Amino acid sequence: MTATIQAEGIVKTYGQLRALDGLDLSVPEGTVLGLLGPNGAGKTTAVRILTTLLRPDSGSLTVKGIDVLKHPDDVRRIIGLSGQYAAVDEYLTGYENLEMIGRLYHMSKRQARERANELLERFTLTDAASRPVKTYSGGMRRRLDLAGALVAAPPVIFMDEPTTGLDPRSRLGMWDVITERVREGTTLLLTTQYLEEADQLADNIIVIDHGRAIAEGTPDELKRKVGGERLELTLRGEAEVATAAAIMRGVGTGEPTVDSETHQVHVPVTRGAPALIAAIRELDAAGIEPVDIAVHRPTLDDVFMRLTGHSTEDKTTEEQK
Amino acid sequence: MNPVVMALSDGWVVAKRNLIKIKRIPDLLIFSTIQPIMFVLLFAYVFGGAIPTQGVDYKEYLMAGIFTQTVAFGAAITAIGLAEDLQKGTIDRFRSLPMSRAAVLIGRTTSDLLNNVLVVAVMSICGLIVGWRIHNGFFKAIAGFLLLLAFAYAMSWVSALIGLSVKSVEVAQSAGFIWMFPLTFLSNAFIPTHTLNPFLRAVADWNPISSIVLAIRDLWGNAGTMPRPEGFPGEHPLLLSLLWIAGILLVFVPLSIRKYRQAASR
Repeated sequence: MTATIQAEGIVKTYGQLRALDGLDLSVPEGTVLGLLGPNGAGKTTAVRILTTLLRPDSGSLTVKGIDVLKHPDDVRRIIGLSGQYAAVDEYLTGYENLEMIGRLYHMSKRQARERANELLERFTLTDAASRPVKTYSGGMRRRLDLAGALVAAPPVIFMDEPTTGLDPRSRLGMWDVITERVREGTTLLLTTQYLEEADQLADNIIVIDHGRAIAEGTPDELKRKVGGERLELTLRGEAEVATAAAIMRGVGTGEPTVDSETHQVHVPVTRGAPALIAAIRELDAAGIEPVDIAVHRPTLDDVFMRLTGHSTEDKTTEEQK
Repeated sequence: MNPVVMALSDGWVVAKRNLIKIKRIPDLLIFSTIQPIMFVLLFAYVFGGAIPTQGVDYKEYLMAGIFTQTVAFGAAITAIGLAEDLQKGTIDRFRSLPMSRAAVLIGRTTSDLLNNVLVVAVMSICGLIVGWRIHNGFFKAIAGFLLLLAFAYAMSWVSALIGLSVKSVEVAQSAGFIWMFPLTFLSNAFIPTHTLNPFLRAVADWNPISSIVLAIRDLWGNAGTMPRPEGFPGEHPLLLSLLWIAGILLVFVPLSIRKYRQAASR
């Protein structure tokens, strides 16, 4: 039994640049794979190859057992793609966009109309349905773009950076919409630059860099590898460090690290918020008033530092050249 | 579904989408008709007195040239439209759908053709106002317009290949019609070619623009007693025009569709 999305040894080069350098991936039915990496890591190239837009130099790939390279037309019938740039037509209304896509899936006029209205409702776009997309906010465009990918109710969906550039509220809205699709049994591959997003949405994560997988696992496994949340405490002076470290040892899951120069104490925790409350209570009881206390969530940068020894920054600048 | 039926029905869905855009941004249409009106007036009144014609008024002689030049330049909108779709990722969406691979191009060239119908209608009214007339009856008049639109459609496919190759709207805006200047001016559109030196004259006489313009002048009775090109281009301008149109389509339709299949926005 092969997975719903299966790819082996995908290589794609652009001149000297190896955009994908032997990427393997496998997404079992009804699960979500998060492809996590910085700009230029090869995420978009991978999505474009899997969705028949681009041919790889070598490698084999199947979607629901269909060979993507041999039968791209059959694959297009069962996939939905929601791209990085929200490929909706600005001059058309939300309704017209979805109806057009329905017609291009060769639905009857009535089917296309009903499906468009149904999706507009589900994505809370009914009020804006007859307005040109030009007037939509970024979040609304993304929702419409995702709705476009769902017109034919495809069992497999690809989403390329669904929340990049969205404000926090719209991002949460997108997460809800995506989670709902997944509950309905859709198999999903999504790319993201945000560890938090992959953590929230994905069953499995592949961290990719320079077109290669550099780490793979469930969000928990990955967080264990890179370290999960940490409580970071800054104190006024040397005198309080020892007491604070003892308190931090109590709320944390490991040995606290102490920086006596900056009077900082760090400790790994499983769940940030309860640990923070516990720490504050005990610090208060001990009469310690910290300069700063915060929960630090690991970012993609932390993951890269841990896995590759370099940060994502020098890579992105390299890509932008 | 039969691939030809699918290409046409998908193409029509895409064409409707392009036409909605024209409806939503009427400025586009206004400016694409102002330019030809300006050309009719400028050439008729500025050049009109300076270029001698025999057996025909220069305004009448001019009109087939202006029409042909305008639709040739108008083909650039095909390149711009496709480059815009590429840049915005719309083509990615289309290419991920199980639709005909020819549909986006058929749709684009069709909506541009309809746009051209309107432009030609506006120019015709303008031409009639400045004194242009058709002398050979209704059917030949229609035949002339059909030939003009067929040529416009063929040029749209040349432009499609350019639009898919340059990938950015800004480049398409100049690449789309920079080559039109030599193509339209090195022809009989505005001047009789017998005034050119022998080499340029041979180029101009075999230029597809010249064949179309001459064929339309013949159909409309606007050719007068002006000197004609020597040999085949002068004797069979209509046949040569049809051959040019068929040739352009035979080369550029498959090339454009191939380009579309490989088109990548980045």
